[in-house]
Amino acid sequence: MTQGSGEIIRTADGMPLGLSLQRTLLRSRLRALMLVIPLLAFLTVTFVLPILDMLYRSVDNRIVASVLPQTTVAIQAWDSKSTELPDEPVFEALVLDIQAAHEQKTLGRVGRRLNYEKPGMSSLFRKTGRHAKRITEAPFKEQLLSVDKRWHDTSVWRLIHRESGALTGSYFLASSDLRLDDQGEIALQPEPRRIYVSLFYRTLWMSLLITVLCLILGYPISYLLASLPARTSNLLMILVLLPFWTSLLVRTTSWIALLQTQGVLNDLLVFIGLIPDDARLQMIYNKIGTIVAMTHILLPFMILPLYSVMKTIPASYMQAARSLGASPFTAFVRVYMPNTVPGIGAGCILVFILAIGYYITPALVGGRTGTFISNFIAVHISETLNWGLAAALGVILLALVLVLYLVYDKIVGVNNMKLG
Amino acid sequence: MVESRQTIVKFDHVQKSYDGQALVIKDLNLNIETGEFLTMLGPSGSGKTTCLMMLAGFEPATYGEIYLNNQPINRVAPHRRGIGMVFQNYALFPHMSVAENLAFPLQVRKLPRAEIETRVERALDMVKLSGFGSRRPAQLSGGQRQRVAVARALVFEPVLVLMDEPLGALDKNLREEMQFEIKRIHETLGVTVVYVTHDQSEALTMSDRIAVFNDGVIQQLATPDVLYEQPENAFVARFIGENNCLQGEVRSVDGAYCQVGLESGEVVRALKVKVEGEGMPTTLSLRPERITVTENAKPGDNQVCGRVEELIYLGDHIRVRLAVAGNHEFVVKVSNTQQRTSLGVGDQVQLCWAADDCRALDTLQDPSITA
Repeated sequence: MTQGSGEIIRTADGMPLGLSLQRTLLRSRLRALMLVIPLLAFLTVTFVLPILDMLYRSVDNRIVASVLPQTTVAIQAWDSKSTELPDEPVFEALVLDIQAAHEQKTLGRVGRRLNYEKPGMSSLFRKTGRHAKRITEAPFKEQLLSVDKRWHDTSVWRLIHRESGALTGSYFLASSDLRLDDQGEIALQPEPRRIYVSLFYRTLWMSLLITVLCLILGYPISYLLASLPARTSNLLMILVLLPFWTSLLVRTTSWIALLQTQGVLNDLLVFIGLIPDDARLQMIYNKIGTIVAMTHILLPFMILPLYSVMKTIPASYMQAARSLGASPFTAFVRVYMPNTVPGIGAGCILVFILAIGYYITPALVGGRTGTFISNFIAVHISETLNWGLAAALGVILLALVLVLYLVYDKIVGVNNMKLG
Repeated sequence: MVESRQTIVKFDHVQKSYDGQALVIKDLNLNIETGEFLTMLGPSGSGKTTCLMMLAGFEPATYGEIYLNNQPINRVAPHRRGIGMVFQNYALFPHMSVAENLAFPLQVRKLPRAEIETRVERALDMVKLSGFGSRRPAQLSGGQRQRVAVARALVFEPVLVLMDEPLGALDKNLREEMQFEIKRIHETLGVTVVYVTHDQSEALTMSDRIAVFNDGVIQQLATPDVLYEQPENAFVARFIGENNCLQGEVRSVDGAYCQVGLESGEVVRALKVKVEGEGMPTTLSLRPERITVTENAKPGDNQVCGRVEELIYLGDHIRVRLAVAGNHEFVVKVSNTQQRTSLGVGDQVQLCWAADDCRALDTLQDPSITA
């Protein structure tokens, strides 16, 4: 403290104090690093790398260039804006590429990739593959054009030209219900194929509704848990946690048993005469089913952070407010509630982020109208095998969550959040 | 106490039980007078805080009635009682600034904004925290929080303020400063204060009257000097101040005095305060500063033999621990004057005290309860 500002403080052996301190700290830092290395390695291999790979797939476009290498080079010389067909060398390159790809059985991949952009491309390549081996010498152009008249269409060539790059934005366009038309301009998808924007919208508002329902249902319970004596509240806490220890599938299927048209609830309503037997309510395989089941499943994620925050609020706050002249309601609204904001924030963001990416429950009870974006991602991963589109949808979902998180940070402040 | 003073709070045969099996408060009757500083003092679990909570309205009385300004208040909700309260942990609202905390009781009373501002300013002034209005409670020191809590309990001008061990969390120096501060505010505003503490020195310095609680019963209700000098039973004698106890048996009673035989066989004369009669056991209570170590006792004084066991030098006086009549914790304070006789551990000495300074009290059922 008394040292001059220019003077370097040294330890007893003459080493500058700062350096000495850093060396001492280095060892403890190394130790901390050693402790996390196994988990870090595990997470890198099983979590970070797959995600990065998936992110890359949303723009990855190496198929055309790798299966049709000569064509990719030759077609660069062609002006994609012209109405003329490419010249003989491009045709020769394409014929040779198709012959080679047909031999190695990789031609189908290119057909499928281009088919995402322009229907019919898959069959064109399959057909051409079958006939191409007969084309052995020039002129390649005339012979290829005679194999299939679609090779006369300049938009086919424009598509090959456009998708011969290593990266593409077409998956993201498709995720936003957009596409590049034959002229290379961004255009809306045809009406029946516009599904993703409304799906994102549905995922968002339903997640929001589920979050609000969880808050409305969870807040009073948390308050009760926090204000009861420890023994009773522990017992009730077990009841809250019970769903955690039950399989997600069991819980979801039990909702099917309860809510289906021939299910318990409908039977009960018919029995007490509230609804006629021939007009049973459709409460499952639609939005209602998804909302009910997911609210139930995600409720503990709301209750736990709320409870942990409420537990730290001393009873004397409410007593103080009452003694200062506030009615129970005023005391609650003005003193208790503001102090639970960190719990409300944590619970809401936890439930919302879990809900927005939820898969199993909407898949089982969502039917056609109650499914989420993640169900379509799964479809593209396992059924249509359009991993690029699945990746792009995933990236958009991730970005949405991050944006919402930032908005939340701006409004409430992440530091205010308390997860328990 | 001045006769003309009005009763502000009256506990009328109040009983309280939490579990339906044991009484925490046993038949409490207490009148609190307007403008006085009354302290409820007692060990933990003695029922003093329960009393306060019943008065504030956070705990219902199981039996009996509490009156505030002659109105029964058992059925009045806490927020309608108009009683200010300072909590043990201050209970300042952390999401509000100091000024907002102070404005809270005024806002819920729907006072005009300008009036709220002047009153908050005045309250901050009173506790010497002007300029701290915009701070959050978390940015204040313990003592400052304490001041804010006091100001908040007073800002809406209640006639009665309750304080539940408000200085418990402060360190010693700050505690003494705040004792003085609270006393000053009490005297300036003339507000009635009911103060709960387990710290007897705090109770002695601040109070007009002290109610000593033990086991759900008020053991003695008196001014600090009476409590110290004339304890009515062995619990009060032990709990308030330092005290020497000697066990003995009443040999004979003569008027206001009695002869008590000690375990060592010596007989001393003591004030008869609470003895059951001849042949009954009794506890003699003696203040350490009333005992002298001397060879030549004044006529009429008691004289007892003791052996010095320990000497502690404390500058202005020397604390001498002796073994007297079977009690090895017998303490005498010897002033550090030139006339003092030099003492050594193991010395046999003569101890003298006046019969009026020695009070014959009841025997303590549970000797573990000491101050």
